[in-house]
Formats: sequence, structure tokens, C-alpha cells
Amino acid sequence: MSMLKVENIYKSYGSCEVLKGISFSMEQHETKVIIGTSGTGKSTLLKCINQLDPPDKGKVWLEGKEITNPKTDINKIRQKIGFVFQDFNLFNHLTALKNVSIGLEKVKKLEKEKAQERAIKELQRVGLEKQAQQYPAQLSGGQKQRVGIARALAMDPSIILFDEPTSALDPELIGDVLDVMKSLAGEVAMLVVTHEMGFARNVADEIIFMEGGIILESGPPKQMFKNPKMERTKQFLGKISTLYGKE
Amino acid sequence: MSVTFLLTIFSIIVGFIIGISLSLGRVYGNKIISIICIGYIEIFRGTPLLVQLFIIYFGLPAVGIALSPLHSALLGLSLNSGAYQAEYLRGSIQAIPSGQMSAARTLGMTKMQSIKNVILPQSLRISIPAWSNELIYLFKYTSIVSIIQVSELTKEGELIASRNFRYIEIFLIIALIYLIFTFIITEIIDRVTKKMSIPGIGLQIKTRPKLS
Amino acid sequence: MFVTLAFDILLESFPQLMKGLSVTIGLTLISVFIASILAIFMAIGRSYSRQPIPFFILIYEKVFRGIPLLVLFILIYFGLAQAGIIIDVFIAAVIGLALHSTAYQIQIFRSAINSIPEGQFIAARSLGMSNFNVMRYIIIPQMLRLSIPGWSNEFTIVLKDTSITIAIGVIDLMRQGRYIIVREPNSALVILLFIAFIYFILVFSINQGLSYLEKRYKISGLEVNTAR
Repeated sequence: MSMLKVENIYKSYGSCEVLKGISFSMEQHETKVIIGTSGTGKSTLLKCINQLDPPDKGKVWLEGKEITNPKTDINKIRQKIGFVFQDFNLFNHLTALKNVSIGLEKVKKLEKEKAQERAIKELQRVGLEKQAQQYPAQLSGGQKQRVGIARALAMDPSIILFDEPTSALDPELIGDVLDVMKSLAGEVAMLVVTHEMGFARNVADEIIFMEGGIILESGPPKQMFKNPKMERTKQFLGKISTLYGKE
Repeated sequence: MSVTFLLTIFSIIVGFIIGISLSLGRVYGNKIISIICIGYIEIFRGTPLLVQLFIIYFGLPAVGIALSPLHSALLGLSLNSGAYQAEYLRGSIQAIPSGQMSAARTLGMTKMQSIKNVILPQSLRISIPAWSNELIYLFKYTSIVSIIQVSELTKEGELIASRNFRYIEIFLIIALIYLIFTFIITEIIDRVTKKMSIPGIGLQIKTRPKLS
Repeated sequence: MFVTLAFDILLESFPQLMKGLSVTIGLTLISVFIASILAIFMAIGRSYSRQPIPFFILIYEKVFRGIPLLVLFILIYFGLAQAGIIIDVFIAAVIGLALHSTAYQIQIFRSAINSIPEGQFIAARSLGMSNFNVMRYIIIPQMLRLSIPGWSNEFTIVLKDTSITIAIGVIDLMRQGRYIIVREPNSALVILLFIAFIYFILVFSINQGLSYLEKRYKISGLEVNTAR
């Protein structure tokens, strides 16, 4: 069985049906990138997967366990699914170090020293060990996001969901975050919603193109960029590539 | 004088406990709990403190609960303060971006854990200005309990003044006492706040673009 | 049986309570009216005048926000009596409520003024308006709109504070209630609950009414800066 299996997800907000039957699966260490126009429910899909916003219909399995089942302990499951937000959502009242260690202390119940050790390691991994004692308000956007990634990594997740991680960043800071993400590819599974075509092309194992609430097409980057099957895919990629630059 | 302090400190602390419970219940509780909390808050804020004190002191004996003036005062001030504190806390809880809760949940924290570790630390800091206002209000409103014969500062003053009809002198002094203590309390709170401040947390002062 | 007795008394005392209510309402309206006028002038003075006017207004604020209302009432009524000037309790109450409320309303109007973009004043002057006209046509209209929430809150506070006037002998709703309770101790709970209910209805209606006003006169984009 796949590590992550998403089956027939439907989600509506009021009278607006945002997700109309999404299904796909992911294996360990895979990197998949979801692209598409705004409003096609990409972020919603991520939130449906970790049940932050449960789907109306459909099921999700993580490592064989059905997490859409109301009986499952969702807090336990969430330890295995990391989430990186578009607006970072760092805990403003905690230092960078504490931000990374708090999950270890309160959820995984690690001892303070062990949690701190691990937190420092993760901050080193994203290149921010010098900023450990700074508060979020003192960090740049790119630094904030990298702390966010460290925070997710510290929990040893099987998969990390990235919700447009670079959309709120100044252009010159995007590179740092993407570099960190590149370094993670192959080590931990990543499901990334983004407009960064360079990343999609060079790092993804598979690209998923969503439009109108369904998956229009999916495939390895080479195929998607060179020989997309659908006309709409070709159209979208063509426009986006010009806009965001081919890396 | 000491009675005034006792009343103030007791009521602000008990009021705080009541206030947190109410505001958390109102924001995070289910429909029933939420409605009960809102009901309490609206009733205690929508009626004068004196009426509440009278009900406790004069009204409760009718159902068998007879409290001394001091106890009635403690109860009344606490219940009243709790309602007002609940409102301030609610404001500061709602001022926290919803992303904070989302982030805490994605780490696997339960609702309670998220509230305790992420929401409350921030909202308590934000509510400090309002809370210090409440402290000062409470300090002044303790004077009202003199009406149900609790011998705090104002009542003592009344007793002395009525004996030799020297109201002006006595009460100017009393007014001065209240003023001085209000000032001292404000200063202490300002200092403590500065010491405890974290960069980035506090009431956001929105800057508007200047018209050229 | 016990409770029905009490309800009888309630019905009997209704006219008396209503008399007290009219005093309460009268106190509130007059005090708030006076306080608002004073506060508007003082708020404008604090924001736009040259020193030392703002300084004195600041002192006023600090003093009248630092003294409990009850102490103020006693000072006014008994203090003046001691000095040989005897005034009606109602007037003493109005003075006390007005002076006290003014101090708080100055804050409200000031924060409303602070929310008005700076350039308004300069723009009006450069059109050739006199200071007086600027205040009248540009600043005050905007300030009033912005103060509605804070002002309505203050209005209900004054209403609730009128209950304190019982201490200097004003025969308002509270005191009428007290008279009734002294006469018929059994009725205490019912009468007091009824009085609480009346206050509650008043406060509620005022909040609703002013919230309606706010919506009616709302101009989108013109909102209060949440600065404390």
C-alpha cells in the first residue's frame, strides 16, 4: 500500500464546490508538486489531507491507517504530517528555538534538553542556528519560513505538506527557502503547492495540474513540460513559465 | 485602607479566573457553553454593580443565603469583574491570527494544548493594557461597597467626616489617596510590562499612509 | 405562596419604581449631554490648542479618572454643604456624573480625532476656512461618527453609575427600590431582580439603538484606528 492515499475527495464551501473528486497517492520519499490557477482548491486539498478542514466526502489513508475515520486519533496522525504555511504561522511569543522544540516537548513529550538538542540540529539543517534566540518579529520572511520548515521537520514526519511556501516572500528571499526544500527532496516525502516552476521542473518526481476542482493531468516533469496531454496544461505551463522564468 | 486593597486584589484575581473561563468557554466551547457564557457576561455587564451587590446582600437572604457585607462585596466585585475581564480577554483572543491555532494543531497538539501553549500566552500579553485598566477601575469601584456598610476607605472617611462635619478636608485627602495609588499602580504595571515585553507582541498600531 | 406575595408587592410598587426610573433617566440624559459638550470642547482643545491648554486638560483627565465617583459625589454635596452652600441632591449628582463622564469622554473623542487623517485639517485651511469652520464642517462631523461605539459604551456606563447616587440621597430607581425593600423585606429578591431587569433592558436598548445609528451613518473606509 502507498504511504499516502487520497481517494475521491469532495469539498464545498457553501454553494461553491471547490474539490470535485480528487484521487492520487504518494510513496515514501517522493516529491510531488501541485500547480494550477488560484482558487482551484489546491490549498484546500492540503488542509483536507491533514484534516485541518475535513473533506465533505472521500477518504485519506496514511501508512495504511484511514485518517478520515472519525475514530482515529487525529493528533497522533498529525505528528506524521508536517505542514508549512504560506504565512509561516510561527508562534510569536516563542524564540525560533522554542518554536521548533515546543512540538517535541508538548506533543512527543521529550525532555527539555533532548528537545532543545534536536531543535538546534534542525535549525542547523535550515541554516539558522545563529538565530535560535530571536523572536519571529525579528526575522525576515525567508528566515521565518525556514524556521517553519525546521519546526515541521523536528517532528520526524513521513510527509510534509507545503502550502505555497514562497508566495508571501520577497523575490530575493525565495531562493533560500527553495534551497532548503531542494535539500529535503528524497529524504522526506513532500507534497508542495506552488507557482515556482523551476522547483517543479527540477525537483519534483511528479507534477499534478489541478483545474476546476479536479486533477486535469499529472505526470513526470519532463513529460508535463515537453508533451502535456491536455491543451489546457500546455496553455497554463506556457504562460506560467514566461511569468516565473524557466530556471 | 487595607480592606480596600483586600477587596481589589481578591476580586481581580477571582475575576481573572472567572474571566478566562468565560472567554475560553465563549470562544472555544460548544453552542450551549458559549450561550451560557455570553449570558453571564451580558447580564453582569448590563446591570449596575450596585444592583448586583444589593441582590447578593439583600436579596439572597430570601433564599436562605445570608452573607456578611464583606463577603457580599467580595462575591459581587469578583463576579462583576469576571464579566468585564472576559470581554477584554475575548477581544485579545480574537486578535490572534487563526493561523496560530492551525500551526499548533498541525504539530499534533490537542485543542487544550494549543490554547494553553500558543493562544493564551499571546492573548494574555495583548490584554495587559485592558487588564491594568480593569485593576484601576476595580480599585475605585471598591468605594461603592461602602453603601452596603463595608468599612473600606470611603466608609471610614464617611464615619470620621460625619462626626465633625469636616467633609472637605477628609474627602480631599481620600481623593488624593485614590489618585496617588492609581498613579502608583499604573507606574508599576508600565514597568513590569516593559520588562516582560516580547518584540512583535502587543497591540498593533496600524499606520496609515500620510496624505501628501 | 412566598413568591406570589412578593409579586403582589412588585405590582403595587410599580408606579413608585417608575417614578424612580424617570429620575434615573433624567440624571443620565442631562449628565451625558453636559459631559459630551464639555468633552468635545476639551478634546478639541487637547488635540489642537497650544500649550498650556492641553496640559490643563490632561490634569483634568487624570484627576477625574482617578477619583471614585462616590467620593466625588460626597465631596460635592457634603463639601459644599460644609462651605455653607446647600444644593439639591439631584444637582450635586448631575455635577458629579458630568465631571466624571467628561474625563472619560475626552478620551473617546480624542481617539476619534486621532483616527482622522492628518491632512484633513491642512486641506481645509488651505481652502481658506477659518479654524472655527474647519472644526465645524470637517473635524467634528468625522469625529462624531467615529466616536459612536465608544460614546454609546460611556452612555450605558453613566446609566449604571446613576445607581451610586443613592448614597447622597437622590431618589432614583435604586432608592425607590430600597424604600420598598425596607418596608417589605420579603420582597427584596423580586424587587431587586426586577430593577436589574429594567437596567438591563435600558442598557440593551441603548446598545442596539446606537449600533443602528452607527450602521446608518457609516461611511466605508472611515474607521477607528485601533491604537490604545
